[in-house]
Amino acid sequence: MRFDLDEQQRAFQLAVTEYLEAECPTERALAAHDAVELDLGIWRGLMELGIGGLVVPEEHGGLGLGLLDLAVIAEPVGRFAAPGPFIDHALATIALAVAASDKQKAAWLPLLASGAKRATVALAEAKGDWTADRWTLDGEDTLTGTKRYVLNAEGADLIVVGLANGALGLVEASAPGLAIEVVLSTDGGKRLSTLSFSETPFERLPVAAGARLVDAGLVLLAADAFGGASACVDRAVSYAKEREQFGQPIGAFQAMKHQLADMALSVAPTIGLYWYAAHLFDTGEAAAAAEAAALAKAHIAEVYPRIARRMIEAHGGIGYTWEFGDHVWLKRALFDQVYLGSPRQHRMRIAKLAGW
Amino acid sequence: MDLAFGPEHDAFRTELRSFLGVEWQPGADVAAFRRKAVEEGYLYRGIPRRYGGSEQTPDILKARIIAEEFARAKAPAEVKGNGVQMLVPTLLERGEEWQRVKFIADTLSGELKWAQGFSEPGSGSDLASLRTRGELRDGQWVINGQKVWTSYARDCRYMFALVRTEPDAPKHDGISYLLIDLHQPGIDIRPMKQINGGDDFNEVFFTDAVTPEDWIVGRRGEGWSVSKSLLKHERNMLGGIDRSEAMFKSLLGLAKRAERDGRPAIEDPWVRDRLAALKAGLEVQRHSSHIQLSRELTGEGGGLLQLMNKLGQSNYAAQIAEVANAIIEDEALVSPIGNPRPGNERWVDQYMNSLAAAIAGGTSNIQRNIIAERGLGLPREKAV
Repeated sequence: MRFDLDEQQRAFQLAVTEYLEAECPTERALAAHDAVELDLGIWRGLMELGIGGLVVPEEHGGLGLGLLDLAVIAEPVGRFAAPGPFIDHALATIALAVAASDKQKAAWLPLLASGAKRATVALAEAKGDWTADRWTLDGEDTLTGTKRYVLNAEGADLIVVGLANGALGLVEASAPGLAIEVVLSTDGGKRLSTLSFSETPFERLPVAAGARLVDAGLVLLAADAFGGASACVDRAVSYAKEREQFGQPIGAFQAMKHQLADMALSVAPTIGLYWYAAHLFDTGEAAAAAEAAALAKAHIAEVYPRIARRMIEAHGGIGYTWEFGDHVWLKRALFDQVYLGSPRQHRMRIAKLAGW
Repeated sequence: MDLAFGPEHDAFRTELRSFLGVEWQPGADVAAFRRKAVEEGYLYRGIPRRYGGSEQTPDILKARIIAEEFARAKAPAEVKGNGVQMLVPTLLERGEEWQRVKFIADTLSGELKWAQGFSEPGSGSDLASLRTRGELRDGQWVINGQKVWTSYARDCRYMFALVRTEPDAPKHDGISYLLIDLHQPGIDIRPMKQINGGDDFNEVFFTDAVTPEDWIVGRRGEGWSVSKSLLKHERNMLGGIDRSEAMFKSLLGLAKRAERDGRPAIEDPWVRDRLAALKAGLEVQRHSSHIQLSRELTGEGGGLLQLMNKLGQSNYAAQIAEVANAIIEDEALVSPIGNPRPGNERWVDQYMNSLAAAIAGGTSNIQRNIIAERGLGLPREKAV
């Protein structure tokens, strides 16, 4: 019985945490919100650390590990609010690993594992259509239609597209008839686009693994949200220890203590939700894994924005300034809350999956 | 991540299940069953045989399996209450040999029940300000004062109490931990009626009540630290989620039975949304307890998560109560008090009880102080 990370998972997580501590201070996360260009540097650094190959089978140049191993990396990525691609490339990689033919895997996985090529996923269509059962885009050899809220599509080499009946397809960025229209993103650490396909050639993946891909995404978002919410608690706690008013640290006042204790209580015990969901994704039965993934995402991604708000309140006026950087977490929280579907949508799925 | 208990513990579980299958039937002699369960090493595992325990090697997983299987079989496990949970560990830690021999075995069997005499009308969260006096006269302690919130005092033979015996010493150093026979003329116990109509707790008045000089645990003036020696044993309290789980199941049953706008409440989107949120809340507690268990096994300890168990559980009880009330709606107009067979209005009782959970054993605001100071390292309140 060990409901905890193993030594290897802890070591990987520590290595990534140390990398991000050095490379991704608040100023870097904040700079992405001011920049025109997408910050690809952190993603490249993570690829150099070998994160791109974690879930790639060994025969295709990866480590052949599970979603839990990747999710424990998504946690510090969220904690430092690291800008640039991460979940998008990871999901595209997972899609190929679980749904592609041997030929497709051989063609793409080594390149995605090393970071030589970058990929993203195009899933949502009309408002709220995030889950695989809601996708309608389809075609024999070409696609015509739109996908919304696609992450970091500009400059990506490959796009994994969600298709009708939970199927998945591959579209290369150079394909004809593909137009990328940039949309302003609330979370300035990312770029969002609407993709229009007009008789755009695509390659179908043989396994209709769309639902499983979304489950993986929910787990990674939950991990990102747990990391981010934990960072909010830590930022507020350390400020309360340093900032003095009335001749003492404000953390000595019960009003602050109680607020911070409530924040910590909302966050710290939720870590097992994403661990368990990832563990079931790797080893469990599909329906149970789907329910656990929805529970984790719905719960943690709803907690995160509330905690980010309370962090800003704890900081007072300085927290409301652009330069202080608190808003980086608040905005990422708003992203995590609704990307791949809102908490309410996933709770409706949970009710159904539970047979209520 | 390894969620299996392993072959040794699986075998232990099988053995325990067959023991429970053979030895426990509802209606069986509880005391006799407990004696057998102690003989087999299933109950009171940390307590030496000579005091009525089963003296087993500590094994957190076995303890967890025992809790799960006894609950599953609805078999009587260790006696609950202040005696077993508070006095016995204190005597094991700080008591005299004769005190252990005299009191522990009968307390474990449930024969001897103990009241806790800590809180006073003027001393709640600031417990060390307590004023009940004990004076040594002619080889016995003479006690005057008042205790309050004393649960089940009328059913208890004895009380363990914090009493001020050194009035001139600084506040924390003037307290002694005394054992007191409640069956004597100097003791007056008055029940207090609670908001749920019950009267589990009491005021206890001492008017020249007496207890022998050696019915003291630790030395004079050490009562504060003696009462704190329990904290070590709190490590065993790893946040079991039995109560939260039972409440959630019960609420789910209510949602299936009750109607809302003419349809089963469980079909209402708001109810489904809240139930799914509460399910997540339950899973949070379950996983947290498994993490704490795993870290006890490796020696890391439960840390911050352990400090959060009580507040997490009482918050959860309050959330359940709110959703239940929203489901029963106007059925809450009918009081369950005095009704031996209440219908859905029994949730009004759970609504009240969830408040008790947020107050008893350290209020939620005290829990927040503990989390903030011991867990998050915020500056301590200046103790006066």
